[in-house]
Amino acid sequence: MKNTHTKITSGVIVMALLLVSLVAFSFKKDGANVSDYMAVPDKKKDSIASVKAFQKVYSVLMSPRCMNCHPKGDVPLQGEDSHLHQMMPQRGKDGKGLYAMKCTNCHQPENTPGLHMPPGHKDWHLPPADMKMVFEGKTAHELAKQLVDPKQNGGKDLKKLVEHADDGLVKTGWNPGEGLKKPPLTHAEFKKSWIEWIEKGAYAPAP
Amino acid sequence: MIKLTINGKEHTLDADPEMPLLWAIRDLAGLTGTKFGCGVAQCGACMVHLDGDAVRSCVTKIKRAVGKQVITIEGLSDNNNHPVQQAWAEIDVPQCGYCHSGQIMAAAVLLRDNPNPTDADIDIAMAGNICRCGTYPRIRKAIHTAAELQQKSLK
Repeated sequence: MKNTHTKITSGVIVMALLLVSLVAFSFKKDGANVSDYMAVPDKKKDSIASVKAFQKVYSVLMSPRCMNCHPKGDVPLQGEDSHLHQMMPQRGKDGKGLYAMKCTNCHQPENTPGLHMPPGHKDWHLPPADMKMVFEGKTAHELAKQLVDPKQNGGKDLKKLVEHADDGLVKTGWNPGEGLKKPPLTHAEFKKSWIEWIEKGAYAPAP
Repeated sequence: MIKLTINGKEHTLDADPEMPLLWAIRDLAGLTGTKFGCGVAQCGACMVHLDGDAVRSCVTKIKRAVGKQVITIEGLSDNNNHPVQQAWAEIDVPQCGYCHSGQIMAAAVLLRDNPNPTDADIDIAMAGNICRCGTYPRIRKAIHTAAELQQKSLK
């Protein structure tokens, strides 16, 4: 009787070991189980570095070459003092103007030579009426929050935001018409700060 | 050689692709209804339609017009009977007349996109067309008349 009991006990132990080894094997096959280790904090996120990078980004976005086409009203801005655009062209639903006052009726695919001539790009436009992406009058806090909000940034996730630094119309800011100043950073410096801001957590500066 | 289609007619021009469309229209194609005003996209006197858009031909290079339809004041209608032209004649809008081919081309685009414009719509659409004789009240009146004529012609 005792012998039978020992045999049963041994059998149970063998089965249990087999089960444990099977489970262990399956962990090994699929890699470590998340619950087996302590999560290492994400060192990439750094609110101080992110905010510092955004201050550089903000200096560019608030420069006339960027802000003039991100007005709070429906008329674009012009010049170094960001005055209302002569002739009062209107944004229109798609941001491309209205009637005989479409942006590309004057703004050509390239800069027109000469002082005070229309600068150019093939897709010259404002943000559309349903996604105005206003820069004018925004604090750094407000602008940072707006830029990462897909409901206010054209549905862009962080990856798309990173890509947006190389958008053709964005880069046009660094190819201004004659007599107009470039933004305060080079495009390469801007892009570096833009990506750093996003990758370090896209933190907004304090209000 | 550059080929341009102006008022439905193909023109083969010996011209630099960078030449302003206005020069090609006036000096090479001989269509002088379109006027040179400021030369810097500020006044609207040189307005023509490029695939239906009211571009300022003084800053539009001819290379941009290749493969597209250019319509000038001469090609807006067969017998000067576009509703805007009829209204202009009826109201006797022009004084010196220099800016009015541009004014008419702008108004034609407005009425295509907005067949029944308000005064505010007219102000928005025509803000880029300057008239130094100050015929603006008559321009506004004529556009309302043209809207009525256009609606009657569609019935």
